[in-house]
Amino acid sequence: MNTLFDKIWDAHVVQHVEDGPDQLYVDRLYCHEVTSPQAFDGLRARGIRCFRPEKIVCMPDHNTPTHDQDMPIEDPVSRKQVETLAANAAEFGLTHYGMMDPRNGIIHVVGPERGLSLPGMTIVCGDSHTSTHGAVGAVAFGIGTSEVEMVMASQCILQPKPQSMRIRIEGKLGPGVKAKDMALYLMQQLTTSGATGYFVEYAGSAVRSLSMEGRLTLCNLSIEMGARGGFIAPDEVTFAYLKDKEFAPKGKEWERAVAWWRTLRSGDDAVFDRELAFDAADIAPMITYGTNPGMAMPIDGTIPADAAEKSLQYMGFQAGEKLLGKPVDYVFLGACTNGRIEDFRAFASLVKGRRKAPGLVAWLVPGSWEVQRRIESEGLDKILHEAGFAIRQPGCSACLGMNDDKVPAGKYCLSTSNRNFEGRQGPGARTLLASPLTVAAAAVTGVITDPRTI
Amino acid sequence: MKQKFNIIKSTCVPLPLENVDTDQIIPARFLKATTRDERYFGENLFRDWRYRADGTPDPGFVLNDPRYSGEILLAGRNFGSGSSREHAAWAIAGYGFKVVISSFFADIHKNNELNNFVLPVVVDEAFLQELFNTVKADPSARVRVDVPNQTVTNLTTDHSVWFELNAYKKYCLMNALDDIDYLLEQRPKIEAYERENA
Repeated sequence: MNTLFDKIWDAHVVQHVEDGPDQLYVDRLYCHEVTSPQAFDGLRARGIRCFRPEKIVCMPDHNTPTHDQDMPIEDPVSRKQVETLAANAAEFGLTHYGMMDPRNGIIHVVGPERGLSLPGMTIVCGDSHTSTHGAVGAVAFGIGTSEVEMVMASQCILQPKPQSMRIRIEGKLGPGVKAKDMALYLMQQLTTSGATGYFVEYAGSAVRSLSMEGRLTLCNLSIEMGARGGFIAPDEVTFAYLKDKEFAPKGKEWERAVAWWRTLRSGDDAVFDRELAFDAADIAPMITYGTNPGMAMPIDGTIPADAAEKSLQYMGFQAGEKLLGKPVDYVFLGACTNGRIEDFRAFASLVKGRRKAPGLVAWLVPGSWEVQRRIESEGLDKILHEAGFAIRQPGCSACLGMNDDKVPAGKYCLSTSNRNFEGRQGPGARTLLASPLTVAAAAVTGVITDPRTI
Repeated sequence: MKQKFNIIKSTCVPLPLENVDTDQIIPARFLKATTRDERYFGENLFRDWRYRADGTPDPGFVLNDPRYSGEILLAGRNFGSGSSREHAAWAIAGYGFKVVISSFFADIHKNNELNNFVLPVVVDEAFLQELFNTVKADPSARVRVDVPNQTVTNLTTDHSVWFELNAYKKYCLMNALDDIDYLLEQRPKIEAYERENA
């Protein structure tokens, strides 16, 4: 009761369906090419248009190649999906940032950085990592394609109201510990289903101390604990980030908006269905050893004795082993989890003056063209090039390998992405998740390395 | 596919693994389709567990085990975690399953099943284990899922339990109606909401 989640959710309830879900009004629908074509087909079959086309923003990101984006996509199936989104957006009168558009990028990177995602909004997308947008103080969650069609048709979604959970992380993060480590720590503590059925509010001094980029990373991974979504109440960090963004309110409207946004916080008397508290000092740089993100441990830890045998067999690991010093074949910096400017700064800070490990394949993929422009304006590109790293073009890339960036069977990839499921980065690929700093450490040593030792 | 639900009696296909994520149900490379051809997705259900790297069926996987078939999938805890891809629900429906019984479903996937007329039935862990044991001992054992009364019955032991299903969704399932049919009728209320919150 009286949580920020209640406030935002309840303000968007058009009606409660008797003995059923809430009919929730949606302020922003994002569409990418993978989960939208069948929804557009559904509208055509019903002979209807989008109810509120101005609230819908489309962009391809999953299939986009990370090189030669000015050329037609080589894979004809990928090309067709990307072209289908462009054609659908044109037919239904929707905003579309196509490949090579200076605003294109991963939808969960672009939304916040353009000010399309704002505090107090309800935001949905046919993508589980929509929880990312919660970092600006919005109720944001992933939905299926039928639900995308629902929102297109009515700007509403039928949804049972999730329960509320508050996770407080108090104290100061240790050296080398990033937002990604906080999230992996929470997944280790809660497992991948520990927050299923809940909407999570992240709070506490360690959360407040995060930059907006860090908050986006933390909220992005809410779904990996099973949560419907996760968010952080907006504060000065949020307002400073959003000010002057392309679609953020301007002038008098900005003042009015900020005055309202300041009221968006859980009441002192708020009652959550579940409350958890953690100490930031307990969190070390983390790494995963198994085939779901909850199978995580401190980087200098040993694989627990009770780890699922099927997972360890897939990964080629044994219980009781340490991962430190094990060779890595690929590294991936990017994805909606860690493809933002701060992630590139962290990576660059560690590899500066060092060299990429011989034989290692490194994919560095900015989350958007905007991130790429920042990389160049801050001179990070020079640091990375001098260390032997190339920067690719924006997109989801090796996070799920829908484009060419696939990790071969049996190879190890230390990755800043969000999922280490079997085959996620390509059939037979072995994924280990970690922060940009930990990935950078392996990128220069060629083996799994504690970033605190470099 | 829209279909009316009432009482389903069927043999079961057991998949006693926990945390089966939607990347396993349908790997990302099959998400490039721009149509909703359930048969295509059904043919690739559990693709990388069902087929070996050379494309031949893996005889060790339950979908390739001739003893097991039916309209009910019995799945371990936390079924459908991970990606929101509705293609996972299309694959399950396309393969021919009408019901998935588990002790716990991931939220988004559960909604996706319901929106595709696949019924997710949540039972307690003990009853799920009983069903696994019954089906393992006798692959021809049948289970009865009664939607009107919201019960699932192990017909071998006659053990029956109640399952949760909200009245609205039950009405939709029993009458082959989907949420969009409902929402399209609500447009005046939506416009009124917009006026009040402008």
